[in-house]
Amino acid sequence: MLSVRNLVVSGGKGSAQIDIVSDVSFEIERGKVLGLVGESGSGKSITSLAVMGLLPHPQLWVRGGSIELDGADITEEPPYLRVERGHGGVAMIFQEPMTSLNPVLPIGEQIVEAVRVHDGSTGVTARNRAQELLDMVRIPDARLQLNAYPHELSGGMRQRVMIAIALACRPQALIADEPTTALDVTVQLQVLSLIRELCDTFDMGVLFITHDLGVVSELADSVAVMYGGKIVETGPVERLFNTPLHPYTAGLMGCVPDPSAGHRRFQTIPGQAPKPGEITHGCRFAPRCSHAQAICSDDAPTRVTEGARHFAECHFPISRGA
Amino acid sequence: MTQQDTILSLKRLQKTFTARRKGKTYAVRAVNDVSLDIRRGETLGIVGETGCGKTTIGRTIIRLTQADGGSAELDGKDIFTTDSRRMRELRLKVRMVFQDPYASLNPRRSIGDSVAETGDIHGVFKNRQDRDDRIAKTLTQVGLDPSFAARFPHQLSGGQRQRVGIARALLPTPELIIADEPVSALDVSIQAQVLNLLADLKEEMGLTLMFISHDLGVVAQISDRVAVMYMGNLVELADGPELFAAPRHPYTQLLIASVPRIDPVKRIAGGIEKGEPPSRFSDVTGCAFHDRCPMASDLCRSTRPELTDAGDGRKVACHHA
Repeated sequence: MLSVRNLVVSGGKGSAQIDIVSDVSFEIERGKVLGLVGESGSGKSITSLAVMGLLPHPQLWVRGGSIELDGADITEEPPYLRVERGHGGVAMIFQEPMTSLNPVLPIGEQIVEAVRVHDGSTGVTARNRAQELLDMVRIPDARLQLNAYPHELSGGMRQRVMIAIALACRPQALIADEPTTALDVTVQLQVLSLIRELCDTFDMGVLFITHDLGVVSELADSVAVMYGGKIVETGPVERLFNTPLHPYTAGLMGCVPDPSAGHRRFQTIPGQAPKPGEITHGCRFAPRCSHAQAICSDDAPTRVTEGARHFAECHFPISRGA
Repeated sequence: MTQQDTILSLKRLQKTFTARRKGKTYAVRAVNDVSLDIRRGETLGIVGETGCGKTTIGRTIIRLTQADGGSAELDGKDIFTTDSRRMRELRLKVRMVFQDPYASLNPRRSIGDSVAETGDIHGVFKNRQDRDDRIAKTLTQVGLDPSFAARFPHQLSGGQRQRVGIARALLPTPELIIADEPVSALDVSIQAQVLNLLADLKEEMGLTLMFISHDLGVVAQISDRVAVMYMGNLVELADGPELFAAPRHPYTQLLIASVPRIDPVKRIAGGIEKGEPPSRFSDVTGCAFHDRCPMASDLCRSTRPELTDAGDGRKVACHHA
């Protein structure tokens, strides 16, 4: 439904031009959640901004590739057209709802504003629709809460308001960029379950961006792992976590602390992630990889396949239990 | 010195902040009657969600925040009523590592000067050479090259800055380190490196570590004992593995069940607990968790449960656990 092909995002001037995101491809299906995982600087947020057409101009631009929504190329379209698409485009929610909401307006007015823009409805109709949206995101006493200011709501409630505003355009696809990172775990679980529910109810495709593998494992149907501006592995959630192919995926999984594991040392990945443009030859993970051999730093790895829809870019994939 | 030797003892610690909302003044109980012993050489994890009071506890111990009530004894000596000379001793013995290594380093000071700052203030260096040596030694201890002393914070990555944060705490050879969310701003792969460093330093230098975090996974892996806090109250205290294997307090149970884990079979579904912590501006009577608790009874709504011994060194504050 939403498909991104060979997306390249570049930044910098003249000879200093570097690719921040290189050759990224993925597809989001209706009613499914794609988890895009990566550490800081991996290019996951830039990818999502490119899909929304929100790249900071002129510092960053799409140098190549295409973004298609329902078969129509939207790569060159301005952001508001991507959202509209005759009711049903792409909507986005961000990490910190407090910075996305206007602190001096009641949330009701902010939702009504979105409703007015997308539905063209006004007055009582728009207000009723706003209340309906708040009900949809499971905010108790929606009618009363329309008059609340953002600071009167908890972080979880604010994120629900953001989701309500995003739903005002009846999107086909929702991009969620670390929407639960600022929330406490018990509240995070509630927001994740809401996103899952909305995705199922409205048959909406969701691109869920996060650094948290646990969150992806709970929510996503398929996963794409980004490292150094590239997708290094992608596959259905259970296969990717049960039999990771790329050493980075496996390493990242090992780093995640597990409360049931008890007192033990943490697994690490030595070194640190490369800066954009730092590594131009071969595999970008090679300097930190325990499986790396000479070829890894010379030649870019080719795609390996392990069953349908499970791919990794690695010369020496850890596969078949090896 | 035995394992059971208490280094820091908190008794009935109280801290109430006042906040004004819409012209009314509210008393917010950040720390409500918390008693806790930290044993020499252990890692005590303090875990809880935003606003549970875990950071305030850390800050009252080093007196960045004055406690309203209760006492804290370091090696048997009261630290809340201590005079300025003893305060100096306290500043060197108990050190803190903060969450945000970006915010806690002065961008205009070299790393070496930042690391040496406490030493300079308290005059612990014999001479210039001694100062340089101590800086180099401390940087090496945290896995940084001594040449980092001449660099500035903006030249360092997040993980390196947090190592500097640890080096600052380490320089006066402290006894107790209070680490407040020391890895929350770091990526998982870097987080693991810093946590291992902390654990190693603790072993090598015989430190005691108070590890404050909202991340249960991290706390479980690094701590010997874990204290769980909710709304200013200490609700459960137990040895790490036992706490996570068999949580007794309903809040601990909820918290542990809420941690997203890599297990593609266990998927998010309906029937999620819907509650949120009550407003900090309302006065909660009884147990602070009662309105979210599936086991809540009239007793829970009226009477605050005391932290009581539940055997095996475990303490729980619940009427029904």
